[in-house]
Amino acid sequence: MLGERRVAELLKGALAQARIGEVEIVLLAGHEALTRFANNTIHQNVAETNGEAAVRLAVGKRLGSAITNRLDPEALAQAIAQAEASARRAPETPDFPGFPAPQPTEPVFAFDEAAAGATPEDRARLVGEVIRLAEEVGAVASGALSTAVEEVAVANSKGVFCYHAGTRVRFRTVVHREDGSGYAERAAWRWDALHVPSLARSAVDRALQAQHPREVPPGVYPVLLDPYAVQDMVSWLGYAGAGALAVQEGRSWMNDRIGTKVLSDLLTLWDDGRDPAGIPLPFDFEGVPRQRVVIVDRGVPRGPVYDTVTAARDGKPSTGHALPKAWPEAASLGPLPTHLFLAVGDATTEDLLRALGEGLYITRFWYTRLVHPRDCVVTGMTRDGVFWVEGGEIAYPVRNLRFTQGYVQALAGAKQVGNETYLLSNGRFGADRVPALLLESFTFTGVTEY
Amino acid sequence: MDELIARTLNAAQLRGASYADVRVVETTRQSLLVRNGTVQGIGQSEDVGFGVRVVADGALGFASSHRMELEEAERVADLAVRIARASALVKREDVDLGPPVVQRGTYRTPVEIDPFTVSLEAKLELLLRADAEMRRVRGVTSTEAEMVFIRQRKTFASTEGSWITQEILESGCGIEATAVRDGEVQRRSYPNSVGRHQQTRGYEFILEQDLVAHAPRIAEEAVALLSADPCPDAVTTLILGGSQVALQIHESCGHAIELDRVFGTEAAYAGTSFLTPDRLGRFRYGSEVVNIVADATIPGGLGTFGWDDEGVPAQRVDIVREGIFVGYLTDRQSARRLLRWLGPSPYVTGESNGAARAMSWNRIPLIRMTNINLLPGTWRLEDLIADTDEGIFMDTNRSWSIDDRRLNFQFGCEIAWEIKRGKRTRLLRNPIYTGITPEFWRSCDAVCSEEHWVLWGTPNCGKGEPGQIAHTGHGASPARFRNVRVFGKR
Repeated sequence: MLGERRVAELLKGALAQARIGEVEIVLLAGHEALTRFANNTIHQNVAETNGEAAVRLAVGKRLGSAITNRLDPEALAQAIAQAEASARRAPETPDFPGFPAPQPTEPVFAFDEAAAGATPEDRARLVGEVIRLAEEVGAVASGALSTAVEEVAVANSKGVFCYHAGTRVRFRTVVHREDGSGYAERAAWRWDALHVPSLARSAVDRALQAQHPREVPPGVYPVLLDPYAVQDMVSWLGYAGAGALAVQEGRSWMNDRIGTKVLSDLLTLWDDGRDPAGIPLPFDFEGVPRQRVVIVDRGVPRGPVYDTVTAARDGKPSTGHALPKAWPEAASLGPLPTHLFLAVGDATTEDLLRALGEGLYITRFWYTRLVHPRDCVVTGMTRDGVFWVEGGEIAYPVRNLRFTQGYVQALAGAKQVGNETYLLSNGRFGADRVPALLLESFTFTGVTEY
Repeated sequence: MDELIARTLNAAQLRGASYADVRVVETTRQSLLVRNGTVQGIGQSEDVGFGVRVVADGALGFASSHRMELEEAERVADLAVRIARASALVKREDVDLGPPVVQRGTYRTPVEIDPFTVSLEAKLELLLRADAEMRRVRGVTSTEAEMVFIRQRKTFASTEGSWITQEILESGCGIEATAVRDGEVQRRSYPNSVGRHQQTRGYEFILEQDLVAHAPRIAEEAVALLSADPCPDAVTTLILGGSQVALQIHESCGHAIELDRVFGTEAAYAGTSFLTPDRLGRFRYGSEVVNIVADATIPGGLGTFGWDDEGVPAQRVDIVREGIFVGYLTDRQSARRLLRWLGPSPYVTGESNGAARAMSWNRIPLIRMTNINLLPGTWRLEDLIADTDEGIFMDTNRSWSIDDRRLNFQFGCEIAWEIKRGKRTRLLRNPIYTGITPEFWRSCDAVCSEEHWVLWGTPNCGKGEPGQIAHTGHGASPARFRNVRVFGKR
């Protein structure tokens, strides 16, 4: 680990050397280890130590950037020089508002020594326990258990300096037995918050329940969605429309709907990068403190999240949701929510099944892709446990189905919300915390043979 | 660097590794993005590091670092061996890499114009001109134009005696126009969607794409799509444009033939495959006009190289011959396993066919597509359309989804035209088609000829944990499929 003092010296030293223009440096560094298993054996087991610094430099309104993963003063000086050379040859970006000025950022503690110190043997022992549970019932377990230490820092020539060190642990498993499978997953920043054996047990139980699925024809059904499936919906709402750029360009599901009740009034969705119930990161990649932003309030879209560029366009302050803009993958996305929370309800799984009465109970969605952005229409498959429910009880497992469904319309029909939330990684610097949902109708357009 | 490699291999062996390999990878990337007439980003990145893969106590371990120092080499080698020994706590059988692979040599992507020697100004001018041409079209609401250039230098060395250096160079570019009206969002892209088309070639590839000339057309099409009729719901004849055939190959063939998926080692994430070993050599995957090869030797493909990341030479192998499934993509371990599983045959040799590829120094090699190519047929596209009484022509992918065994797929395209009595007629918006992989390929009755064949690049293929993005190639020309279910927005 580099530590705050060394990071500060490195970044502030580099900024002091910059001869011209406004300069911003984002540093991402860390160590990640991942133990992967399949066919009831560990087959891939890896560790990585890496660190990158991304420089953005503005000469007036001309912008250039450069990234290096050599974290020494000389490499940073080279990156700054390279960014400057690019900026000098770039045309002006008229709506560049300048890098933000410093704002007070309260730190959030999210570092767990046990997670940081987890060894290959610790991970192997837990994976061994997962495999033992699967083997006891003649099943086959696959999955991954990972631990990471992440350091994030942002500094700019206007005096911004923010630093956060956090840990992240994640476990997921798919358990197969004959013609059915089950799934479990969680993320956390504390090692002891990840109850791997009980998660494995739930995946094993689900796999056993899923044996010998029958075919249910495509059609429109009421559905009970486990939090894994709900996260997919929430994540698409965030990615495909809860950022200000999508709204400004008219391609968001929020367009023409802000202030109007379009989702069920049971649904309140917010983004909060400071909540330790998620995997916090208290500032964004421009060094702006992350605000808690209510995206949907009891079914009513309230508006998107902002970075400095989109905020300036709308005459608002940034909400602290900038992505690391020097990375090409993030450059055209605009700001995005990366720490989503969907409000918990009060229904137990039994309550939800009873309220469903007759319909489909779905573990998770898979390979979902956006078909049409304005209604957030998504297609995808079910996976790892789908069940037909009759009389408020699971009647039998069914084969996987393909769906094509507007998520906005589906969420308008939310009838009940589960009383437990899962924290699930979203792969975008954070994690989402979501409950189970009972939806009035969901459109399935095809089936598979398994 | 040579000393770091030698030290790492030596340290791994001293700590008890029975096999070790090291890859040092240095990647330079330049990206330029123009959005709505302004330069959104000009960036250059450099990334260097090394990864060591070992076998110890019969199990695999891997560790990597960006710190190119001898002391770090010792630490990383030590960690890799320790990780391998932890893996061995939960192993079922020893790792079998087969006979030693000893290769020495160098490979370099042949290029006419090194893109890193072309000035930023020239590149930006081209992008800004293309962007301006799109924005000139009334009704266009946002535009994007990008270029990407990647140079990857890598050295592979193993305790078996291999020492290979390679320099792979890629160039990519693309433009997109989006039009929005009354709740309808339509986008057109060129040469391909998802940002760009890409090949292992130099700046000559960019010039050949002629972005500026195509910009007005795609902008006009995006606007025209706003008022086009929706794609009807029907079971009909479908002709796919070449880039969409490439996507179809990628998703329904390329992933399905990855032997690690077949053996379940991707079960928790990417999934498995319907192409199980009992089907090798006998399963009718497609019609007799369907011939697919995996070819890492063809010039220009994103899956073209000298050796894979286990040091196995690039090869061309048959995957589907006259519709019959005859080959997998393999690495050293899976090739041995297949041999143990099925025994030797014309389709099973026990030797890797060179498809182990790693994204960079910090990832292990996994079985990845090279260039999975549908060999050209005999039809001219004009003749194929003229030969189609009724159907739909779809082009340029917009959305893609397929199940975890690569059977049930649903793909949306940016644009479609109705075909009536052998002619391309009205424009159709939001076209989607769906099917089951073997049924779909068996319904293919015509593939267009060499003159329409393009080696498409897919620079965004995800797989593995931690995630890896691979760059794969797919040679394809337009093709016709019968009795396909198509529909529009639901």
